[in-house]
Amino acid sequence: MNSKTPVIQLKNVSKTFGEVRSLSEVNIEIYPGEIVGLLGDNGAGKSTLVKTIMGFHQPDEGGEIWFKGEKINEWNVAKARELGIETIYQERALCEQQPIWRNMFMGREIKNKFGRLNVKQMKSEATRLMSEHMGFTSTAVHPDNAVLTMSGGEKQGVAITRALYFDAELVILDEPTVGLSLSETKKTLDFIQNIKKSGRSAIFIDHNIFHIYPAVDRMIVLDRGKVAGNYKKSDITMDELIESMYRVARTGSIKE
Amino acid sequence: MSENKDSKVKNNAARPPSFWRRFGMQFGIWSVGIFMWLIFVFTASEAFTSKDIYLAFASSTPLFALMAIPLTLIVITGEIDLSFPAVMALATATFAKIYSGTGNIWVGFIAALIVGTLCGYFNGWLVTWFGIPSLVITIGTSFLFRGIELAWMNGSGVGLTDDKLLGVANLLVGRSFFGIANQFWWTILATLILWFILNRTQFGAHVFLTGDNKTSAQLMGVNVSRVKRRSFAIMGFFAAFAGLVASFEVSYFWPTLGEGLLMNSIASVFLGGTSVFGGIGTVTGTFVGSFIIGAINAGIVASGINAFFTQVFFGLVIILSVIMQAVISKRIKR
Repeated sequence: MNSKTPVIQLKNVSKTFGEVRSLSEVNIEIYPGEIVGLLGDNGAGKSTLVKTIMGFHQPDEGGEIWFKGEKINEWNVAKARELGIETIYQERALCEQQPIWRNMFMGREIKNKFGRLNVKQMKSEATRLMSEHMGFTSTAVHPDNAVLTMSGGEKQGVAITRALYFDAELVILDEPTVGLSLSETKKTLDFIQNIKKSGRSAIFIDHNIFHIYPAVDRMIVLDRGKVAGNYKKSDITMDELIESMYRVARTGSIKE
Repeated sequence: MSENKDSKVKNNAARPPSFWRRFGMQFGIWSVGIFMWLIFVFTASEAFTSKDIYLAFASSTPLFALMAIPLTLIVITGEIDLSFPAVMALATATFAKIYSGTGNIWVGFIAALIVGTLCGYFNGWLVTWFGIPSLVITIGTSFLFRGIELAWMNGSGVGLTDDKLLGVANLLVGRSFFGIANQFWWTILATLILWFILNRTQFGAHVFLTGDNKTSAQLMGVNVSRVKRRSFAIMGFFAAFAGLVASFEVSYFWPTLGEGLLMNSIASVFLGGTSVFGGIGTVTGTFVGSFIIGAINAGIVASGINAFFTQVFFGLVIILSVIMQAVISKRIKR
């Protein structure tokens, strides 16, 4: 694949809920091996954008989603995941009464060619992933344990490991550090660097510019459903970025 | 992954959940069953030590157990179906009409199963398409299906004593192995099939996820509407089958078929440890729950207690079991 071909590209994507326009004519593209930070105030449309990329929301008429240079017509979550987009949602997207292994393989269960689930393999894979990738020391990592017995960081671990397992081309992290301890946050930020090292892409959403700025290659600022700014990290210092974020919040425009 | 080298992987003592945590609920159901049985063995030892009463359980309990078992799936998805007794009747009416019209048993039989499945699918479609709570909409469809059946049959029943029907009657409700009713084996088969569907297919996995947290399931690509529609369709299929079994058991199709089975089926599901909030449940629990309900019915009469007390006993057992489950699940969460 040509590295100039974006992994994912949104063309003129708008999303309206009743009277509320959450996204308006958004154009973005994410290239292979690129970590893009998505910044914006509450209600700027960050989560709507993520859910539209994932196919959870359908874009309004006229919006197009292109994956690796191909226009995708019937976009839905199952298809997005099949093509290699995984998201670590703000709300974790776990089914807490269910055991870890069911959460790990939620929506993409391992089955044989007759459709019979391979429960044994899912359990052993879940165990392997939890200990190898997350390095959990608590007893809560047994694959049969219900997720509700785990701590917040461990739950996040399940969500991250799940995204990692399926070798995603593009990983979207929607405020992954909310509610995490310092060491858990560091682990998550390391995880983002590993995505880049393996040549894959990521979209990193966070309120905290101090988390975003060191981790990303490019930053997109979203304001009231519109792309208000798009900066390469080499073109802007953290102070300038903070300054322009304030300006956007006040005036709705990135320019002075 | 390199960043975790410093973490203590070697101390990663992955212990399985305790026996209590994993099987507490099942353990509770079985204890209720055994406890009840012991009470009856002492209070009505004559009846409960002869095999006749067990043969009676094996013939009467399947009439609602056959529907309680698929109902488990619907309850796990967080929905409920109140229309299956009417589906039983409408599907069996289809059989009676087609058989009397064409004389072909198997066409009638398959048509009945198809009608049942479609009724169930219709329920599921109403629930998922319009987002109406199933508790409400299936009251509506219950009247609808029952009304269509009564109007179609003109309110009258049909005898199923034709010689040509002997074969299918034997297959469904004949007696085999020491006089055990065949419907008992059908119930075992239904339990096995639905256990497999629930625990070893992707659809079954999605049933749990749908009932546990619908939004999470959708975010991860589970088509929760399709899961619900299919669960209702399975319910309809089994309701039709149970309708045929119940009618052949008495060699007569009553237009009121199914009345009185609703509460027994629902009670069996909850007694069996399925969570009313969805996400948790087992078909084996429902199977045991059904036989506890069946035993209460027969046990009260056999113990010589006034039959009017049946409902008192019934109520107590159900309330106590549900309280016990609530306590157990609280302890499991800790």
